Amino acid sequence: MKNKEPGMSLIVKTITRFTVGLVLVYGIFITLQGHVSPGGGFAGGIIITLAFIQLMLAFGQDEVLRKLNQEKGLLLAGIGAILFLVIASRIFLKPQQHSFVAEKHFQLLSAGFLSLSEIAIALMVAAGLFVIFLTLVLLIEEEEKEKK
Amino acid sequence: MSLYFLCFILFCVGLYSVLRKRNIIKIIIGLGIMEYAVNLFLILVGYRMHGRAPIFAKDQEILNMVDPLPQAMVLTTIVIGLAVTIIAVSLAIRIYEKYGTFDITKIRSLKG
Amino acid sequence: MELHIILIFMIFAAIMAVEIKDLISSVIALSAAGLGLCLAFLILKAPNLAITQLVVEILCVIVLIRGTINKDLPLVKDGRWLFNTIATLFSLAVLLLFSYLALKELPNFGAPLMRVSQEYISTGLEKTGSPNLVTAVALNFRGYDALAEAAIIFTAIIGTLAIARKIGKKDEE
Repeated sequence: MKNKEPGMSLIVKTITRFTVGLVLVYGIFITLQGHVSPGGGFAGGIIITLAFIQLMLAFGQDEVLRKLNQEKGLLLAGIGAILFLVIASRIFLKPQQHSFVAEKHFQLLSAGFLSLSEIAIALMVAAGLFVIFLTLVLLIEEEEKEKK
Repeated sequence: MSLYFLCFILFCVGLYSVLRKRNIIKIIIGLGIMEYAVNLFLILVGYRMHGRAPIFAKDQEILNMVDPLPQAMVLTTIVIGLAVTIIAVSLAIRIYEKYGTFDITKIRSLKG
Repeated sequence: MELHIILIFMIFAAIMAVEIKDLISSVIALSAAGLGLCLAFLILKAPNLAITQLVVEILCVIVLIRGTINKDLPLVKDGRWLFNTIATLFSLAVLLLFSYLALKELPNFGAPLMRVSQEYISTGLEKTGSPNLVTAVALNFRGYDALAEAAIIFTAIIGTLAIARKIGKKDEE
Protein backbone atom coordinates (compact mmCIF):
# COMPACT_ATOMS: atom_id res chain seq x y z
CA MET A 1 0.00 0.00 0.00
CA LYS A 2 2.97 2.29 -0.44
CA ASN A 3 2.10 2.99 -4.07
CA LYS A 4 0.00 5.90 -5.15
CA GLU A 5 -2.59 3.80 -6.91
CA PRO A 6 -3.95 0.65 -5.32
CA GLY A 7 -3.64 -2.79 -6.81
CA MET A 8 -0.91 -4.49 -8.77
CA SER A 9 1.27 -3.30 -11.67
CA LEU A 10 0.17 -2.13 -15.10
CA ILE A 11 0.84 -5.49 -16.76
CA VAL A 12 -1.45 -7.35 -14.38
CA LYS A 13 -4.18 -4.75 -14.80
CA THR A 14 -4.06 -4.94 -18.61
CA ILE A 15 -4.15 -8.73 -18.65
CA THR A 16 -7.00 -8.69 -16.14
CA ARG A 17 -9.06 -6.41 -18.36
CA PHE A 18 -8.82 -9.02 -21.10
CA THR A 19 -9.37 -12.16 -19.10
CA VAL A 20 -11.92 -11.31 -16.47
CA GLY A 21 -14.81 -11.23 -18.92
CA LEU A 22 -13.79 -14.58 -20.33
CA VAL A 23 -13.69 -16.13 -16.88
CA LEU A 24 -17.12 -14.73 -16.08
CA VAL A 25 -18.62 -16.04 -19.32
CA TYR A 26 -17.03 -19.44 -18.70
CA GLY A 27 -18.62 -19.59 -15.28
CA ILE A 28 -22.05 -18.80 -16.71
CA PHE A 29 -21.50 -21.42 -19.42
CA ILE A 30 -20.58 -24.08 -16.88
CA THR A 31 -23.69 -23.22 -14.89
CA LEU A 32 -26.10 -23.29 -17.80
CA GLN A 33 -24.72 -26.45 -19.41
CA GLY A 34 -24.65 -28.36 -16.14
CA HIS A 35 -27.22 -30.92 -17.25
CA VAL A 36 -25.62 -31.78 -20.59
CA SER A 37 -21.87 -31.66 -19.95
CA PRO A 38 -19.75 -31.83 -16.78
CA GLY A 39 -20.22 -28.88 -14.49
CA GLY A 40 -23.11 -27.52 -12.55
CA GLY A 41 -24.18 -24.87 -10.13
CA PHE A 42 -21.44 -25.33 -7.55
CA ALA A 43 -18.48 -25.23 -9.95
CA GLY A 44 -19.96 -22.40 -12.02
CA GLY A 45 -20.66 -20.33 -8.93
CA ILE A 46 -17.11 -20.66 -7.69
CA ILE A 47 -15.73 -19.70 -11.13
CA ILE A 48 -17.86 -16.53 -11.05
CA THR A 49 -16.48 -15.80 -7.58
CA LEU A 50 -12.95 -16.28 -8.89
CA ALA A 51 -13.58 -13.68 -11.60
CA PHE A 52 -14.56 -11.13 -8.94
CA ILE A 53 -11.59 -12.12 -6.79
CA GLN A 54 -9.23 -11.62 -9.73
CA LEU A 55 -10.69 -8.14 -10.24
CA MET A 56 -10.21 -7.43 -6.57
CA LEU A 57 -6.62 -8.63 -6.40
CA ALA A 58 -5.63 -6.69 -9.51
CA PHE A 59 -7.38 -3.38 -8.97
CA GLY A 60 -7.56 -3.11 -5.21
CA GLN A 61 -10.63 -3.54 -3.10
CA ASP A 62 -12.12 -0.07 -3.40
CA GLU A 63 -12.88 -0.65 -7.07
CA VAL A 64 -14.88 -3.77 -6.26
CA LEU A 65 -16.48 -2.45 -3.09
CA ARG A 66 -18.00 0.37 -5.10
CA LYS A 67 -19.79 -2.14 -7.32
CA LEU A 68 -20.67 -4.90 -4.89
CA ASN A 69 -20.41 -4.35 -1.18
CA GLN A 70 -21.18 -6.81 1.57
CA GLU A 71 -24.83 -5.95 2.06
CA LYS A 72 -25.62 -6.26 -1.64
CA GLY A 73 -23.74 -9.54 -1.81
CA LEU A 74 -25.57 -10.93 1.19
CA LEU A 75 -28.86 -9.85 -0.35
CA LEU A 76 -27.97 -11.71 -3.56
CA ALA A 77 -27.05 -14.82 -1.59
CA GLY A 78 -30.35 -14.70 0.27
CA ILE A 79 -32.27 -14.28 -2.98
CA GLY A 80 -30.48 -17.32 -4.40
CA ALA A 81 -31.24 -19.42 -1.32
CA ILE A 82 -34.94 -18.51 -1.28
CA LEU A 83 -35.18 -19.11 -5.03
CA PHE A 84 -33.69 -22.57 -4.60
CA LEU A 85 -36.09 -23.31 -1.76
CA VAL A 86 -39.08 -22.32 -3.89
CA ILE A 87 -37.94 -24.30 -6.94
CA ALA A 88 -37.03 -27.30 -4.83
CA SER A 89 -40.42 -27.40 -3.12
CA ARG A 90 -42.02 -27.18 -6.55
CA ILE A 91 -40.00 -30.22 -7.64
CA PHE A 92 -40.77 -32.15 -4.49
CA LEU A 93 -44.49 -31.55 -4.65
CA LYS A 94 -44.90 -32.73 -8.23
CA PRO A 95 -41.87 -34.80 -9.15
CA GLN A 96 -43.34 -36.06 -12.40
CA GLN A 97 -43.74 -32.72 -14.13
CA HIS A 98 -40.09 -31.94 -14.41
CA SER A 99 -40.04 -30.06 -17.66
CA PHE A 100 -41.96 -27.14 -19.05
CA VAL A 101 -40.81 -27.40 -22.65
CA ALA A 102 -41.23 -30.06 -25.31
CA GLU A 103 -39.63 -33.43 -24.68
CA LYS A 104 -36.35 -33.02 -26.49
CA HIS A 105 -33.19 -34.14 -24.77
CA PHE A 106 -29.70 -32.69 -25.11
CA GLN A 107 -30.95 -29.13 -25.46
CA LEU A 108 -30.25 -26.09 -23.31
CA LEU A 109 -33.75 -25.95 -21.88
CA SER A 110 -34.57 -29.64 -21.87
CA ALA A 111 -34.05 -30.17 -18.15
CA GLY A 112 -36.63 -27.61 -17.07
CA PHE A 113 -36.63 -26.97 -13.34
CA LEU A 114 -33.24 -28.62 -12.92
CA SER A 115 -31.62 -25.78 -14.86
CA LEU A 116 -33.47 -23.20 -12.80
CA SER A 117 -32.25 -24.68 -9.55
CA GLU A 118 -28.71 -24.79 -10.95
CA ILE A 119 -28.95 -21.05 -11.59
CA ALA A 120 -30.25 -20.45 -8.06
CA ILE A 121 -27.43 -22.52 -6.53
CA ALA A 122 -24.84 -20.71 -8.63
CA LEU A 123 -26.20 -17.33 -7.49
CA MET A 124 -26.10 -18.37 -3.85
CA VAL A 125 -22.63 -19.92 -3.95
CA ALA A 126 -21.08 -17.07 -5.96
CA ALA A 127 -22.49 -14.24 -3.86
CA GLY A 128 -21.98 -16.04 -0.56
CA LEU A 129 -18.39 -17.08 -1.11
CA PHE A 130 -17.51 -13.63 -2.40
CA VAL A 131 -19.00 -12.06 0.71
CA ILE A 132 -16.98 -14.44 2.88
CA PHE A 133 -13.77 -13.62 1.02
CA LEU A 134 -14.43 -9.89 1.23
CA THR A 135 -15.08 -10.11 4.97
CA LEU A 136 -11.91 -12.12 5.51
CA VAL A 137 -9.74 -9.67 3.56
CA LEU A 138 -11.22 -6.69 5.37
CA LEU A 139 -10.60 -8.43 8.70
CA ILE A 140 -6.94 -9.05 7.84
CA GLU A 141 -6.44 -5.46 6.65
CA GLU A 142 -7.99 -4.11 9.83
CA GLU A 143 -5.74 -6.21 11.98
CA GLU A 144 -2.62 -5.22 10.08
CA LYS A 145 -3.57 -1.57 10.39
CA GLU A 146 -4.03 -1.92 14.13
CA LYS A 147 -0.64 -3.50 14.52
CA LYS A 148 1.11 -0.58 12.87
CA MET B 1 -8.00 -53.41 -1.73
CA SER B 2 -4.51 -51.88 -1.77
CA LEU B 3 -6.04 -48.65 -3.10
CA TYR B 4 -8.41 -48.54 -0.15
CA PHE B 5 -5.51 -49.06 2.23
CA LEU B 6 -3.42 -46.27 0.63
CA CYS B 7 -6.43 -44.00 0.94
CA PHE B 8 -6.65 -44.83 4.63
CA ILE B 9 -2.96 -44.06 5.10
CA LEU B 10 -3.67 -40.61 3.63
CA PHE B 11 -6.44 -40.20 6.20
CA CYS B 12 -4.04 -41.17 8.98
CA VAL B 13 -1.51 -38.53 7.86
CA GLY B 14 -4.21 -35.89 8.27
CA LEU B 15 -5.26 -37.32 11.62
CA TYR B 16 -1.65 -37.25 12.84
CA SER B 17 -1.46 -33.58 11.89
CA VAL B 18 -4.64 -32.77 13.79
CA LEU B 19 -3.56 -34.69 16.88
CA ARG B 20 0.08 -33.79 17.15
CA LYS B 21 0.71 -30.32 15.69
CA ARG B 22 0.59 -27.15 17.75
CA ASN B 23 0.16 -24.62 14.97
CA ILE B 24 -3.45 -23.79 14.09
CA ILE B 25 -2.75 -23.51 10.37
CA LYS B 26 -1.23 -27.00 10.46
CA ILE B 27 -4.42 -28.29 12.09
CA ILE B 28 -6.52 -26.69 9.33
CA ILE B 29 -4.25 -28.33 6.75
CA GLY B 30 -4.75 -31.68 8.48
CA LEU B 31 -8.52 -31.26 8.30
CA GLY B 32 -8.18 -30.59 4.56
CA ILE B 33 -6.13 -33.75 4.03
CA MET B 34 -8.70 -35.85 5.91
CA GLU B 35 -11.44 -34.40 3.73
CA TYR B 36 -9.51 -35.32 0.58
CA ALA B 37 -9.09 -38.89 1.78
CA VAL B 38 -12.77 -39.35 2.60
CA ASN B 39 -13.90 -37.92 -0.75
CA LEU B 40 -11.48 -40.13 -2.65
CA PHE B 41 -12.60 -43.21 -0.71
CA LEU B 42 -16.26 -42.66 -1.56
CA ILE B 43 -15.44 -42.30 -5.24
CA LEU B 44 -13.18 -45.39 -5.17
CA VAL B 45 -16.01 -47.50 -3.78
CA GLY B 46 -18.29 -46.48 -6.63
CA TYR B 47 -15.85 -47.17 -9.46
CA ARG B 48 -16.60 -49.89 -11.96
CA MET B 49 -13.88 -51.57 -13.95
CA HIS B 50 -13.60 -50.20 -17.50
CA GLY B 51 -16.50 -47.89 -16.78
CA ARG B 52 -17.60 -44.72 -18.51
CA ALA B 53 -18.49 -41.39 -17.00
CA PRO B 54 -22.19 -41.18 -16.04
CA ILE B 55 -23.16 -38.79 -18.82
CA PHE B 56 -25.30 -39.88 -21.75
CA ALA B 57 -24.07 -38.92 -25.21
CA LYS B 58 -26.25 -38.11 -28.14
CA ASP B 59 -25.67 -40.89 -30.63
CA GLN B 60 -24.05 -43.73 -28.77
CA GLU B 61 -25.24 -46.39 -26.42
CA ILE B 62 -23.28 -46.44 -23.17
CA LEU B 63 -23.66 -49.65 -21.25
CA ASN B 64 -20.99 -49.65 -18.60
CA MET B 65 -21.41 -46.63 -16.36
CA VAL B 66 -19.78 -45.94 -13.00
CA ASP B 67 -21.97 -45.32 -9.98
CA PRO B 68 -23.42 -41.78 -10.11
CA LEU B 69 -24.71 -41.76 -6.53
CA PRO B 70 -21.42 -41.19 -4.60
CA GLN B 71 -20.37 -38.58 -7.14
CA ALA B 72 -23.53 -36.61 -6.50
CA MET B 73 -22.98 -36.79 -2.74
CA VAL B 74 -19.30 -35.81 -2.89
CA LEU B 75 -20.00 -32.86 -5.22
CA THR B 76 -21.61 -30.85 -2.45
CA THR B 77 -19.17 -32.09 0.18
CA ILE B 78 -16.27 -30.42 -1.63
CA VAL B 79 -17.96 -27.02 -1.51
CA ILE B 80 -18.88 -27.50 2.15
CA GLY B 81 -15.22 -28.31 2.85
CA LEU B 82 -14.25 -24.96 1.32
CA ALA B 83 -16.75 -23.14 3.55
CA VAL B 84 -15.45 -24.97 6.62
CA THR B 85 -11.87 -24.04 5.73
CA ILE B 86 -12.83 -20.38 5.41
CA ILE B 87 -14.59 -20.42 8.80
CA ALA B 88 -11.54 -22.05 10.41
CA VAL B 89 -9.18 -19.48 8.87
CA SER B 90 -11.28 -16.58 10.13
CA LEU B 91 -11.33 -18.11 13.61
CA ALA B 92 -7.54 -18.50 13.45
CA ILE B 93 -7.16 -14.85 12.47
CA ARG B 94 -9.33 -13.81 15.42
CA ILE B 95 -7.17 -15.92 17.74
CA TYR B 96 -4.02 -14.36 16.31
CA GLU B 97 -5.48 -10.93 16.86
CA LYS B 98 -6.27 -11.66 20.50
CA TYR B 99 -3.20 -13.65 21.57
CA GLY B 100 -0.55 -12.79 18.98
CA THR B 101 0.31 -16.39 18.22
CA PHE B 102 -0.84 -19.47 16.35
CA ASP B 103 0.41 -21.83 19.06
CA ILE B 104 -2.47 -23.65 20.69
CA THR B 105 -0.69 -24.28 23.97
CA LYS B 106 -0.32 -20.54 24.56
CA ILE B 107 -4.02 -19.71 24.28
CA ARG B 108 -5.35 -21.60 27.24
CA SER B 109 -5.63 -18.62 29.53
CA LEU B 110 -9.18 -17.80 30.53
CA LYS B 111 -8.94 -14.09 30.10
CA GLY B 112 -12.25 -14.03 28.31
CA MET C 1 -1.55 -48.81 -11.68
CA GLU C 2 -1.54 -45.07 -12.34
CA LEU C 3 -3.95 -44.66 -9.46
CA HIS C 4 -1.37 -46.18 -7.12
CA ILE C 5 1.25 -43.71 -8.35
CA ILE C 6 -1.07 -40.74 -7.87
CA LEU C 7 -2.07 -41.90 -4.40
CA ILE C 8 1.55 -42.35 -3.32
CA PHE C 9 2.30 -38.89 -4.68
CA MET C 10 -0.61 -37.51 -2.67
CA ILE C 11 0.65 -39.20 0.50
CA PHE C 12 4.12 -37.71 0.01
CA ALA C 13 2.66 -34.27 -0.61
CA ALA C 14 0.52 -34.59 2.51
CA ILE C 15 3.51 -35.63 4.64
CA MET C 16 5.45 -32.64 3.30
CA ALA C 17 2.53 -30.34 4.04
CA VAL C 18 2.39 -31.61 7.59
CA GLU C 19 6.09 -31.67 8.36
CA ILE C 20 7.54 -28.62 6.59
CA LYS C 21 8.41 -25.66 8.82
CA ASP C 22 7.46 -22.74 6.58
CA LEU C 23 3.74 -22.09 6.50
CA ILE C 24 3.49 -20.90 2.89
CA SER C 25 5.44 -23.91 1.61
CA SER C 26 3.07 -26.07 3.60
CA VAL C 27 0.03 -24.49 1.92
CA ILE C 28 1.60 -25.03 -1.51
CA ALA C 29 2.25 -28.70 -0.69
CA LEU C 30 -1.42 -29.04 0.35
CA SER C 31 -2.47 -27.66 -3.02
CA ALA C 32 -0.21 -30.22 -4.72
CA ALA C 33 -2.12 -32.94 -2.89
CA GLY C 34 -5.40 -31.38 -4.02
CA LEU C 35 -4.33 -31.32 -7.66
CA GLY C 36 -3.37 -34.98 -7.35
CA LEU C 37 -6.89 -35.61 -6.07
CA CYS C 38 -8.24 -33.80 -9.14
CA LEU C 39 -6.23 -36.13 -11.42
CA ALA C 40 -7.49 -39.15 -9.50
CA PHE C 41 -11.08 -38.00 -10.01
CA LEU C 42 -10.43 -37.75 -13.74
CA ILE C 43 -9.05 -41.28 -13.88
CA LEU C 44 -11.98 -42.57 -11.82
CA LYS C 45 -14.39 -41.15 -14.44
CA ALA C 46 -15.83 -38.32 -12.39
CA PRO C 47 -15.36 -35.16 -14.51
CA ASN C 48 -17.91 -33.15 -12.50
CA LEU C 49 -15.87 -33.62 -9.36
CA ALA C 50 -12.59 -32.89 -11.15
CA ILE C 51 -13.83 -29.47 -12.27
CA THR C 52 -15.21 -28.63 -8.84
CA GLN C 53 -12.10 -29.82 -7.02
CA LEU C 54 -9.79 -27.79 -9.29
CA VAL C 55 -11.75 -24.59 -8.77
CA VAL C 56 -12.17 -25.10 -5.02
CA GLU C 57 -8.45 -25.77 -4.69
CA ILE C 58 -7.59 -22.40 -6.26
CA LEU C 59 -9.90 -20.50 -3.93
CA CYS C 60 -8.69 -22.48 -0.92
CA VAL C 61 -5.05 -21.67 -1.66
CA ILE C 62 -5.87 -17.97 -2.10
CA VAL C 63 -7.67 -17.87 1.24
CA LEU C 64 -4.99 -19.81 3.13
CA ILE C 65 -2.14 -17.71 1.73
CA ARG C 66 -4.03 -14.51 2.45
CA GLY C 67 -4.58 -15.71 5.99
CA THR C 68 -1.01 -16.78 6.70
CA ILE C 69 1.02 -14.17 4.84
CA ASN C 70 2.64 -11.36 6.82
CA LYS C 71 2.22 -13.28 10.02
CA ASP C 72 5.54 -13.26 11.78
CA LEU C 73 5.50 -16.88 12.76
CA PRO C 74 6.59 -17.04 16.38
CA LEU C 75 8.94 -19.99 16.05
CA VAL C 76 6.86 -22.85 17.35
CA LYS C 77 9.30 -24.37 19.75
CA ASP C 78 8.90 -28.10 19.76
CA GLY C 79 8.06 -29.06 23.28
CA ARG C 80 7.01 -32.46 22.05
CA TRP C 81 8.28 -35.18 24.22
CA LEU C 82 9.02 -38.54 22.77
CA PHE C 83 6.36 -40.46 24.64
CA ASN C 84 3.51 -38.42 23.19
CA THR C 85 4.59 -38.94 19.61
CA ILE C 86 5.09 -42.64 20.15
CA ALA C 87 1.64 -42.95 21.71
CA THR C 88 0.05 -41.15 18.75
CA LEU C 89 1.87 -43.30 16.22
CA PHE C 90 0.95 -46.46 18.13
CA SER C 91 -2.75 -45.60 18.19
CA LEU C 92 -2.64 -44.76 14.49
CA ALA C 93 -1.01 -48.12 13.81
CA VAL C 94 -3.79 -49.89 15.72
CA LEU C 95 -6.33 -47.93 13.72
CA LEU C 96 -4.62 -48.98 10.48
CA LEU C 97 -4.62 -52.64 11.55
CA PHE C 98 -8.34 -52.66 12.29
CA SER C 99 -9.06 -50.74 9.11
CA TYR C 100 -7.20 -53.44 7.18
CA LEU C 101 -9.46 -56.06 8.71
CA ALA C 102 -12.55 -53.99 7.93
CA LEU C 103 -11.61 -53.04 4.39
CA LYS C 104 -11.18 -56.69 3.46
CA GLU C 105 -14.92 -57.16 3.83
CA LEU C 106 -15.78 -54.53 1.23
CA PRO C 107 -16.59 -55.58 -2.34
CA ASN C 108 -13.59 -55.69 -4.64
CA PHE C 109 -12.31 -52.61 -6.36
CA GLY C 110 -14.08 -52.24 -9.69
CA ALA C 111 -17.16 -54.26 -8.82
CA PRO C 112 -19.59 -52.12 -6.83
CA LEU C 113 -23.00 -53.28 -5.71
CA MET C 114 -25.10 -50.65 -7.55
CA ARG C 115 -28.56 -51.78 -6.57
CA VAL C 116 -30.09 -48.32 -6.38
CA SER C 117 -27.92 -46.85 -9.09
CA GLN C 118 -29.11 -49.37 -11.65
CA GLU C 119 -32.53 -47.80 -11.35
CA TYR C 120 -31.08 -44.32 -11.70
CA ILE C 121 -29.07 -45.23 -14.79
CA SER C 122 -31.89 -47.01 -16.56
CA THR C 123 -34.63 -44.45 -15.94
CA GLY C 124 -32.77 -41.23 -15.17
CA LEU C 125 -32.86 -39.68 -18.61
CA GLU C 126 -36.57 -40.17 -19.13
CA LYS C 127 -37.56 -39.09 -15.65
CA THR C 128 -35.49 -35.94 -15.34
CA GLY C 129 -34.53 -34.95 -18.87
CA SER C 130 -30.93 -34.44 -17.89
CA PRO C 131 -28.24 -36.51 -19.64
CA ASN C 132 -25.74 -35.74 -16.90
CA LEU C 133 -26.76 -38.30 -14.32
CA VAL C 134 -24.80 -36.69 -11.50
CA THR C 135 -26.87 -33.54 -11.78
CA ALA C 136 -30.02 -35.63 -12.04
CA VAL C 137 -29.23 -37.57 -8.86
CA ALA C 138 -28.05 -34.54 -6.91
CA LEU C 139 -30.96 -32.26 -7.72
CA ASN C 140 -33.89 -34.53 -8.45
CA PHE C 141 -33.64 -38.03 -6.98
CA ARG C 142 -31.77 -36.86 -3.89
CA GLY C 143 -33.05 -33.32 -3.86
CA TYR C 144 -33.47 -33.09 -0.09
CA ASP C 145 -29.73 -33.61 0.34
CA ALA C 146 -28.96 -30.73 -1.98
CA LEU C 147 -31.44 -28.56 -0.09
CA ALA C 148 -29.86 -29.36 3.28
CA GLU C 149 -26.37 -28.82 1.93
CA ALA C 150 -27.37 -25.43 0.56
CA ALA C 151 -28.59 -24.67 4.08
CA ILE C 152 -25.17 -25.69 5.44
CA ILE C 153 -23.35 -23.39 3.04
CA PHE C 154 -25.64 -20.52 3.97
CA THR C 155 -25.01 -21.22 7.65
CA ALA C 156 -21.27 -21.09 6.98
CA ILE C 157 -21.67 -17.68 5.33
CA ILE C 158 -23.63 -16.33 8.29
CA GLY C 159 -21.13 -17.86 10.71
CA THR C 160 -18.16 -16.22 9.06
CA LEU C 161 -19.93 -12.87 9.10
CA ALA C 162 -20.69 -13.32 12.79
CA ILE C 163 -17.08 -14.19 13.60
CA ALA C 164 -15.65 -11.29 11.61
CA ARG C 165 -18.13 -8.59 12.54
CA LYS C 166 -17.05 -5.25 13.87
CA ILE C 167 -20.40 -3.98 15.16
CA GLY C 168 -20.94 -4.63 18.83
CA LYS C 169 -17.27 -5.06 19.55
CA LYS C 170 -16.84 -1.37 20.27
CA ASP C 171 -19.80 -1.20 22.63
CA GLU C 172 -18.36 -3.93 24.76
CA GLU C 173 -15.31 -1.90 25.48
